[in-house]
Amino acid sequence: MSKANRVAMGETVLELAKKDPRIVIVEADMSGSVNFGPFIEAFPERHFDCGIAEQNMVGVAAGLSTCGYIPFTATFAVFASMRALDQVRNALCYNHFNVVVVGSHAGIETGPDGATHQAIEDIAIMRALPGMTVLAPSTPVMTAYLTEAAAYCVGPVYLRLGRDKMNELYEVGASFPIGGSKQLTDGSDVTIMAFGTMVHHAMAAAEKLKELGVSVRVVDMYSIKPIDREAVEKAVCETGHIVTVEDHSVIGGLGGAVAEIIAELGAGKLSRVGIQDKMGKAGQPQDLFRMYGLMPENIVSSVQALLG
Amino acid sequence: MTPADIGYLERMAKQIRIDTIDQVYHANSGHPGGSLSAADILAALYFYKMTIDPQRPDWADRDRFILSKGHASPAYYSALARRGYFDPARLRDFRSVRDYLEGAPSTKLTGVDMSAGPLGQGLSVAVGMALGGRLAGKGYKTYCMIGDGETQEGQIWEALMTGAKYKLGNLVAFLDNNHIQMCGRNDGVMPLGDVAAKYRAFDWRVICINGHNMNEIVEALDSIDNEPDGVPTMIVADTIKGKGVSFMEDTCKWHGAVPSPEQYAQAMKELGGKIS
Repeated sequence: MSKANRVAMGETVLELAKKDPRIVIVEADMSGSVNFGPFIEAFPERHFDCGIAEQNMVGVAAGLSTCGYIPFTATFAVFASMRALDQVRNALCYNHFNVVVVGSHAGIETGPDGATHQAIEDIAIMRALPGMTVLAPSTPVMTAYLTEAAAYCVGPVYLRLGRDKMNELYEVGASFPIGGSKQLTDGSDVTIMAFGTMVHHAMAAAEKLKELGVSVRVVDMYSIKPIDREAVEKAVCETGHIVTVEDHSVIGGLGGAVAEIIAELGAGKLSRVGIQDKMGKAGQPQDLFRMYGLMPENIVSSVQALLG
Repeated sequence: MTPADIGYLERMAKQIRIDTIDQVYHANSGHPGGSLSAADILAALYFYKMTIDPQRPDWADRDRFILSKGHASPAYYSALARRGYFDPARLRDFRSVRDYLEGAPSTKLTGVDMSAGPLGQGLSVAVGMALGGRLAGKGYKTYCMIGDGETQEGQIWEALMTGAKYKLGNLVAFLDNNHIQMCGRNDGVMPLGDVAAKYRAFDWRVICINGHNMNEIVEALDSIDNEPDGVPTMIVADTIKGKGVSFMEDTCKWHGAVPSPEQYAQAMKELGGKIS
């Protein structure tokens, strides 16, 4: 059974709302895309559709949060991080309001809608905002956990979700604390760090590398900010080499965050797999992953090049 | 309201103007023009209409106020200080590193319900506060002041649509319609046309008043029903930028300028304030 993380998020928000009357939805004509339909049916008075007006959506959510509500805003990641950036920064982050900004349909995975709808710099942008927490789950179980964690985390949270269905990698009941990471396989030659859909590609790459005699550690870096610095330090100490993988620009995302730590450590070798300062384009996700070098075989090549 | 009550509010408005000039002069920085145009409305809200308690700034049932045109912060800070939210002596730390009387309001300052600065954002937040109040079954009102130049921001119109859609009878906005923005008159920069007709077309109730006539401000505020489920109100207040200081009136020159010692003395003389 696989399901899209955005669907799992919508289900979780409904479950939270049943227990907590403070949970409200403030969205911008996006309810169908993030599975808010059942919530709207159950709690129509706690759902506010601001129309195709993302800046207004964030402002309305800020106002509701001052009244003690816990708003989830929802729109595409491109609009959450860029159209409404001024509002996210100045209305939410400046006041450290408890609002969860859901950025759905992130990355080139968004596919046929093309470059304008594919957020490939949202993490770099959100990561730079003071006090913003940035989370990017890889599976439905993890998404459910992080959706709840985001609701009760103090201050604003950016929750980045992809479009496609994801296979499950975790047991129900597993925990994913903010600021942590999840090691999926252990190895001694290289560590592959990824988030979201790319965790699945990293696992496939690790399989292939194992056949080639390379011992790979895979770490799911779902908490982009705060980042699990200790996991990066351990990877440097124990494997010496790190390859980051992301459906995001190599500038300022996970690769950027890990590079900052490695530079400060003055140890470790790094290679960043991601989008190379280019815009996306229309196409099926698999074709785009191939075109932009985000397939498991691209990760394998990067590891081989790094190990020399 | 008796004539004596109106006289009290007019004196408070004058105090706000005195404090505004004093803050900008001593900070050597700030925006006097749009603060002076907003002074009478702020006096009516903070010293007459709003149900607030400076001892309980986070009281859940209090009326809310958002200064969306955040550049008028010196006038707002004066209203808060004189109403008892903090010691007026702190006004001397306007724009200083020593305190949180920022160039535009910060929620770190006691009494500030929402930060401001980037124009066009406050009305959306006011919509959220009004929705939150109604959802929680509270009877408070949310007041918001926007500027005419600010009305050029698209988000204002998004918020207007939302306020009308949700029938926010507990939402009252003021347009401080002083006709001037940083680089000139609205008509030259970007004409607003018949702005009252535009608000009406967005399904808001519109009341047009002279924003420097305390009787008219009070009457407009008293005419709004306390119906959480109704129609949002926009009070279009015709004002004069720089009102109360002869050489600052009706010009963009004093949007963000600081008076010289001679000009400071002259302004205080006109307002009846003490030079300090």
